[in-house]
Amino acid sequence: MTWDWDFTVEILPDLLRGFRLTLLITFSAFGISLLLGLVVAIFRFLKIPVVVQFLNFYVSFIRGTPLLVQAYFAFFVLPYYGVVIDAVPTAILVLGVNYSAYMAEVFRSGIEQLPKGQWEAARALSIGTRRTWTRIVIPQAVFPIIPVIGNYLIQMFKDSAILSAITVLELLGTSLQIGSRTFRYLEPITLTGLLFLAVSFPSSLLVRRLEKKYGSAH
Amino acid sequence: MAAHTDILNTINEDLDQPDSVEFSNVNKRWGDNHVLRDLNFTVAPGEKVSIIGPSGSGKTTILRILMTLETPDSGVVHVGDRILWDATGGKKVKETKETLATRKRLGMVFQHFNLFPHLTAIENVVEAPIHVLGMTKTDALERGEELLDLVGLNEHMKHLPSQLSGGQQQRVAIARALAMRPKVMLFDEPTSALDPELIGEVLGVIRRLAKTSSMTMLMVTHEMRFAREISDRVVMFDQGQVVEQGDPEKIFGNPTEPRTQKFLEVVGA
Repeated sequence: MTWDWDFTVEILPDLLRGFRLTLLITFSAFGISLLLGLVVAIFRFLKIPVVVQFLNFYVSFIRGTPLLVQAYFAFFVLPYYGVVIDAVPTAILVLGVNYSAYMAEVFRSGIEQLPKGQWEAARALSIGTRRTWTRIVIPQAVFPIIPVIGNYLIQMFKDSAILSAITVLELLGTSLQIGSRTFRYLEPITLTGLLFLAVSFPSSLLVRRLEKKYGSAH
Repeated sequence: MAAHTDILNTINEDLDQPDSVEFSNVNKRWGDNHVLRDLNFTVAPGEKVSIIGPSGSGKTTILRILMTLETPDSGVVHVGDRILWDATGGKKVKETKETLATRKRLGMVFQHFNLFPHLTAIENVVEAPIHVLGMTKTDALERGEELLDLVGLNEHMKHLPSQLSGGQQQRVAIARALAMRPKVMLFDEPTSALDPELIGEVLGVIRRLAKTSSMTMLMVTHEMRFAREISDRVVMFDQGQVVEQGDPEKIFGNPTEPRTQKFLEVVGA
């Protein structure tokens, strides 16, 4: 099989459209994972009895099962129970919830790194719980974990390809569709790989620089 | 120096009346370590008291219980006419509304400063006045700037702690505690973490407060000469108990207890 440049040019617009969806899914899921992960981390820290056990289970459950299985479950099983969501929102939710478990652990490490004296100073000044978290703890906990979060973002970007399995026409999904229609896989799959690389390679260089700046948390 | 009379007057006016501090039969254990043994200890309103003694003797625990960073296992702690901790009758001590309200009468300066490193000097100082005392931003800033000026840091208001020397950071911490208008100030070895050449500037600020303010001051320190100079009373503390206390001239010049004599000999005072 030889590389066909005309075919390449022909499929490029479709692939770029798929790529846009990949980026949309990645960043939306990233937002969800950050928010949800932070909430989980904070609630685990507050040590409210039953809530802590539930959240510990949540984190181990999600980390202990493959993303692909979670995606299939959400897309093919939940509809039996009346939960029907379109493929793209499902993809965003599955990826976001999946990574929230990892983000929760990252936030926890950031929060645990905070010196005890910071909590004590806040308490000595009678600063309330909520204000202590938003003004004192979170801003300081986030800096050292920025590189780790960056790495997870890159990983989410790559993992979003798995969601082609639930009919989402992101980059890989589009490229598989082109393949099955034209029986040519060389160009679409190669381009797919190159597009992923074009984003992830410079991003990982950037993360490495952030690591030097903020120090690695892990 | 005379330029600060305004803010020093304001501090005293806000103070209204300093509070007393009273520990009655207070016990605290850390596992096998009996840190406070049936401690009975009083500080009169406006009194300046220094606590000296070997490390690990429980001196700091006294301050930490007052600042609600630790709870007593038993006993009662009063600040002024209010109950900070009530751990009598074998029940587990509980943090009550009164505990939290009473805590606002106290301010603490920590050994390691504990400034918020992501906030500038002035932001460190005004954070609690605005969000705890409910002062307006304008008032809090005005007051905060006066306090930073008082501790000699008017040039450094907008600097982050990392841009300041240890001595400067500790002076910001003093201003931050003062901004909450405490009736009782607690100093927990305020110069122990400082390089020798920076100790003087911090002691200078504390000395000035001790001389001009009617605030109650309780200080744990290893600076014996300083304790002798500014204190109304010096308390020698060892193994969870008050060994000896009294006028600084007496404690340092003519201690009666062998443990005090030995301790002062070891530290070279």
